[in-house]
Amino acid sequence: MSEASGTDRASASEPGGDGVPGAQPPSVNGVSEASGTDRASGTEDVLDVRKLTVDFDGFKAVNGVDLTFLQGRLHFLIGPNGAGKTTLVDALTGLVRGSGEAVFRDRDLLTMKSHKIVRHGIGRTFQTATVFERLSVLQNLDIAAGVHRRTITSIFARGKVPERVEEALETIGLTSLAHRQAGILAHGQKQWLEVGMLLVQDAKVMFLDETVAGMSAAEREETGDLLKRIVADRTIVVIEHDMEFMRRYADFVTVMHSGAVLAEGTVAEIQADEHVQQVYLGTVTEVAARA
Amino acid sequence: MMALPARLLKSYGPLIAIGLIAYVLLGWAPGSLSAFRLGNLGKYCALALASMGIGLAWGRGGMLVMGQGVFFGLGGYAMAMHMKLEAAGPGNVPDFMQLYGDGTMPSWWEPFRNGPFTIVAIIVLPALVAYVLGYAILKRRVKGAYLAILTQALAVAFATLLIATIKQTGGFNGLNTFTTFFGHNLYDPEVKKNVYRIAAGFVVVFLLILWQLYRSRFGELLVATRDAEERIRFLGYDPANIKLVAFVVAAVMASVGGAIFVPIAGIIGPTNVDAAASILLIAGVALGGRSSLFGPVLGAIAVGYGRSALSEKFPTRWTYFQGALFIVVVLLLPGGVASVGSRLKSVGPKLKSLLPSKAAIADVEHAQAEEALA
Repeated sequence: MSEASGTDRASASEPGGDGVPGAQPPSVNGVSEASGTDRASGTEDVLDVRKLTVDFDGFKAVNGVDLTFLQGRLHFLIGPNGAGKTTLVDALTGLVRGSGEAVFRDRDLLTMKSHKIVRHGIGRTFQTATVFERLSVLQNLDIAAGVHRRTITSIFARGKVPERVEEALETIGLTSLAHRQAGILAHGQKQWLEVGMLLVQDAKVMFLDETVAGMSAAEREETGDLLKRIVADRTIVVIEHDMEFMRRYADFVTVMHSGAVLAEGTVAEIQADEHVQQVYLGTVTEVAARA
Repeated sequence: MMALPARLLKSYGPLIAIGLIAYVLLGWAPGSLSAFRLGNLGKYCALALASMGIGLAWGRGGMLVMGQGVFFGLGGYAMAMHMKLEAAGPGNVPDFMQLYGDGTMPSWWEPFRNGPFTIVAIIVLPALVAYVLGYAILKRRVKGAYLAILTQALAVAFATLLIATIKQTGGFNGLNTFTTFFGHNLYDPEVKKNVYRIAAGFVVVFLLILWQLYRSRFGELLVATRDAEERIRFLGYDPANIKLVAFVVAAVMASVGGAIFVPIAGIIGPTNVDAAASILLIAGVALGGRSSLFGPVLGAIAVGYGRSALSEKFPTRWTYFQGALFIVVVLLLPGGVASVGSRLKSVGPKLKSLLPSKAAIADVEHAQAEEALA
């Protein structure tokens, strides 16, 4: 997919120029971004979801959702179990059929096949980390880099490590483990490897499904910092249950409930929202109290 | 990080083993084995070619292809038709057509008079059939047991079709009594040796092809597809295309095996291509180790050798041995004989780990101490 296929729709040169506080790009010291082409040309990617509905034999798991995902912000998608968060992502990545419209770079994702959507710049992870356990970290990343290669070249063995892969290894901090089998990585490292694979793909929109679930506090912090580092020239959508993690890192939050959007805004706005307190945060405190 | 020599050895070590196999098959065997044994070894080599394709499709691609007999048969029958026409002489009709039919030849036999056409057909025909079949099967995401049953059914259908068309394909008897192989007298011992050399040569060539495929990016991709097909989809690949390549290559390998089997065995018939024959191929691959480079070759040769050695001694009981062998491998060596080395390697540490190490004891004591404090 060509880098310049995005339209000049956003005038703001800074991400988060929509007046949302906290949406400023995180200051990054010493980390150069892999590709700043979109920013340099002044274009900003927008994934526009309109009236998205996913109907499972009459049960509407996602019901007429309107959402806009902007480049450069960590967009958290929260909501109780069964709210339709994962189904929404499934629909946007071609895993389930949805009606409505989801336009990214002039194409409607809902009409495309999964692997074409990926090649259009949308990447995702799954709730359970799925890396290729028997391949090395390097091989995992190299396979992800395949979207940039011509098919015929795959009959050759890998010569030297592609630059993208090396950059990604650096960014996710697994350089020293490049030749380790992915199956024996720690849980947190597997999740980072998945993020690394999305980086190598050069995914412009990343959907991360409960990436920090099961991570230690230190690992969560590292993950949050990692996401902050890489979000500037892409959109990152995080599905999460961990409220503390959300409070710390979210630039923007969408709360879903029963397949619909309940509220949207910054962390402060969401926390102040009565509906959210009733429907969602209430249940969370109950759960917390029970635990 | 591995040391550089170790990595080189891992990367190019198989080439040494391929060289060794090449020496045994091409250097040692023709001078040392009797004509009868050499002919047998040639047959095993032909079967090994098909087995290598199964290793690719099943071992690396995760597709349990139970109907490789079909492709073995396509190549075999193409070659047999050519040799039959050669034996009949220019303008003449193969003998069995006069025997069972009215002495006229179906028009689709005619092109097989031409040698180069036959050779091209041996490659292109199975590739086309496999592409069409594979496309229909794999794009619909048929996999696992369903794919196995489907391919198995194809082999049954193919054999049934052959038996039913006695006037065109020789029926149950198949095609036999050949005299020449591309102009060379098949009764000449030197020609026989050379036919064997071709079969053995293909084994070496296919090993080299697979070695390159397995170490290539495609090889990695194929294994990744086998292990996590959905994940591959979300890396921007269509897994069906990746598996289709393996399926087509496996079909062509089986076809070449069938083609070279014919001049060595002197016959091809429905029993060489039916479901039972296909399963026998699978058995050899499972025995040798389906996902290893050498497993399918060694397995095919071992099964072939075991079959003739044991059936010479116990003519009626060979199948029991074969069944027992299969059970032992499936139960004790799921990775095949090729995995014995790595199995042994992993047994050592396991034995050690049965005895609690000092560190583990210290850990337990430490934990107990903490518990006591809390």
